[in-house]
Amino acid sequence: MELNDIIKPENRVYQKPRLLNDNHMHYCPGCSHGVVHKIIAELIEEMGLEDKAIGIAPVGCAVFAYNYIDIDWIEAAHGRAPAIATAVKRLQPTKMVFTYQGDGDLAAIGTCETIHAANRGENIVIIFINNGIYGMTGGQMAPTTLLGMKTATTPYGRRVDLNGYPLRISELVAAVDGSCYVTRQSVHTPAAVRKAKSAIKKAFENSMAGKGTSLVEIVSTCNSGWKKSPADSNKWMVENMFAKYPMGDLKNV
Amino acid sequence: MKEEVKLMKGNEALAHAAIRYGCDGYFGYPITPQSEVLETLMEEMPWETTGMVVLQAESEVAAINMVYGGAACGKTVFTSSSSPGVSLMQEGVSYIAASELPVLLINVMRGGPGLGTIHPSQADYFQATKGGGHGDYHLITLAPSTVQEMCDFVGLGWDLAFKYRTPAIILADGIVGQMMEKVILPPQRPRRTDEEIKKLCPWAITGKTSDRKKNIVTSLELDTAIMEDNNERFQRTYRKIEKAEKRYEAIGTDNCDFLIVAFGSMARICQKSIELAAKAGVKIGLIRPITLWPFPSEAVAEAAKNCKGVLVVELNAGQMIEDVRLAINDSNMPIEHYGRLGGIVPNPDEVFEALNNQLINK
Repeated sequence: MELNDIIKPENRVYQKPRLLNDNHMHYCPGCSHGVVHKIIAELIEEMGLEDKAIGIAPVGCAVFAYNYIDIDWIEAAHGRAPAIATAVKRLQPTKMVFTYQGDGDLAAIGTCETIHAANRGENIVIIFINNGIYGMTGGQMAPTTLLGMKTATTPYGRRVDLNGYPLRISELVAAVDGSCYVTRQSVHTPAAVRKAKSAIKKAFENSMAGKGTSLVEIVSTCNSGWKKSPADSNKWMVENMFAKYPMGDLKNV
Repeated sequence: MKEEVKLMKGNEALAHAAIRYGCDGYFGYPITPQSEVLETLMEEMPWETTGMVVLQAESEVAAINMVYGGAACGKTVFTSSSSPGVSLMQEGVSYIAASELPVLLINVMRGGPGLGTIHPSQADYFQATKGGGHGDYHLITLAPSTVQEMCDFVGLGWDLAFKYRTPAIILADGIVGQMMEKVILPPQRPRRTDEEIKKLCPWAITGKTSDRKKNIVTSLELDTAIMEDNNERFQRTYRKIEKAEKRYEAIGTDNCDFLIVAFGSMARICQKSIELAAKAGVKIGLIRPITLWPFPSEAVAEAAKNCKGVLVVELNAGQMIEDVRLAINDSNMPIEHYGRLGGIVPNPDEVFEALNNQLINK
C-alpha cells in the first residue's frame, strides 16, 4: 500500500482547521497560544461563524493573532479590547465578537475595560490567556504572577510587601451581574484541550444568544518566560498555578 | 424629521446634528462643559428612531476605543469631551489616525493645564492642530464660532473624515458649547445600510464573507520599510487636505490698517472691537480661520500684506500666533498677541485697548 492510498478523505481522522492559515507562528515552542488559536479556528469553522466572527487582538504575545486566523480582526491598544468589542457588538449585534487577551493586557492595564464591559453585560466573549508573566516584553511580573515567582522585574521572587498579591480577575468578573459564564481551563493535555474547546464553544453560543459576557480563562505556560522546558512548564503549572487558579466553572447561568 | 429652526445650546446642536446626519453611534463620558451632548442624546433616544447606539462609557479612554472599534466597522461614530478628557483620549486618537479611520471628535475646551477650570478656553490649539498623541499625524480641525456652525460642522467633519479616511475634530470653546442661539437643524438623513458601508468602506470589519479576503484594522507594522511607506501615505493624505480643505472667513480685510486673526467665539468678540475701532477711525480687518489645521496661511499672508501690524487674539497664552508668524514670514511685520487665561473671556473694549496699546499707538 502506497502512502497516497492511506491519505484519503475517508481515512482522515484529523486535519488543521481551514481558517488557521499556513503563516509561521511567532510563538515559542511549547507555548499555549497555538493550541488556543487552533481551538478558536476549529470552532468558528464548525459553528459556521466565519462571516460572523470578529476578533479583537491584544497587545502582548498574541498581538499578531490576526495573522493566523482568517477572519476579520481589529488590533486594540493595550488593554482596550473589551471597549472595542463593546462598540463592535452593539453596532453589529448579529456578529460573534470576541477578544483575545493576556494577563497584562486584561488584568493590569485593561482591568477597567474588562470589569465594565462585563458589568454592562456586553454580549461578547473574552478569551483570557493567563500565564502569570509578560511574555512579549521579556518576562516581567504580571498581576497574576505567583508569590515567590521570579521574573525580570521580581528577580528575587514576587513579594507581597513590594508587589501585592496575584490577582484572580476571573473571580472579579464572575462577581458582576452582567457576566453569564466564567470558567477556568487549560490546554496542557488532550483531555484539557477538549474541555477548553467545549468551554469556548459555550461562550461563542452565549454571544450569539445575547446572554451577557462570557470569559474563558486559559491557565497557560510560558516556558520562555518561566525559563523551563515545555514539559517542565506543564508540570510546574499543574503544581503551582492550579493551586492559585483552580480549574472549572466560576459562573454558569 | 424635516428642517427645523430651534433655539438651543451649542452642545445640544451637536447632538441633534449627529442624529440627523444619520450617525450610527456615540460613545462618551460626562465632563463639564460638554455633558449636554450625552444628555441630549439620551433624552432624544435615537435608538428608538434611527437605530443609533448611544453609550455612556466608563472613561474617556474606553470611549475613544469604542469609537475606534465602531469606525473600524465602517460606522459613522463620534465622541465628545472637554480638555482633560481629550488628553486622556490621545492614545486612541493616534491609533485612529494610524489606522486611517474616519472619526469625528469634539473638544469643547475648558481652561487648563491640569484639572484647570470649567470655564472657557482655547488652550488646546496645539494639541488639536499639531498632533496631540504620539507619532506623525494631523487632525482636520474645525473651529465653530456660532451654534449654527456647531451644527453644520458635525456633517462637514464626517464628510471630510470619510473623504480622506482620517479623523476630524471640532475644536469648540466652552462659550460656543454653552451659549444659546437660533439654529437651523437639517432634515433627517437615513443611516447608511450594511450594503452602502461595504461599498464605501471595503476595508471595514463586517465579517469575512467568501467574496473577499479578511480585513484587518491595525496600526502595527514591524517591517520598517512598510512602516515608512505607511507614514508616507499618511503624509500624502495630509498634503491633499492642505491643498483642498483650507477654510476661513475674511471680514473687512481690503485696505485695512491692522489685521486681527482670531478663531471660535473670540473671533465674534473681536468683530465688536473692530466696530469700536471703526468709530475711532481705524480700519481693522479680521481673518477667522475655520480650519485650524490645515491653517489658511495664504489668506492670512494676503490679508496682512498691506497692514501695519497684526494682533492675534486667543483664549490662551499664544498658540495660533505661531502659525500666523509662519504664514506671514516677515520679521518686519509687528505680530502681537493678546489673550486671557484661566477661563477669563475679554470683552470688546479690552481687545480694542490691546489694539491701541500694542499696535495703533505704538
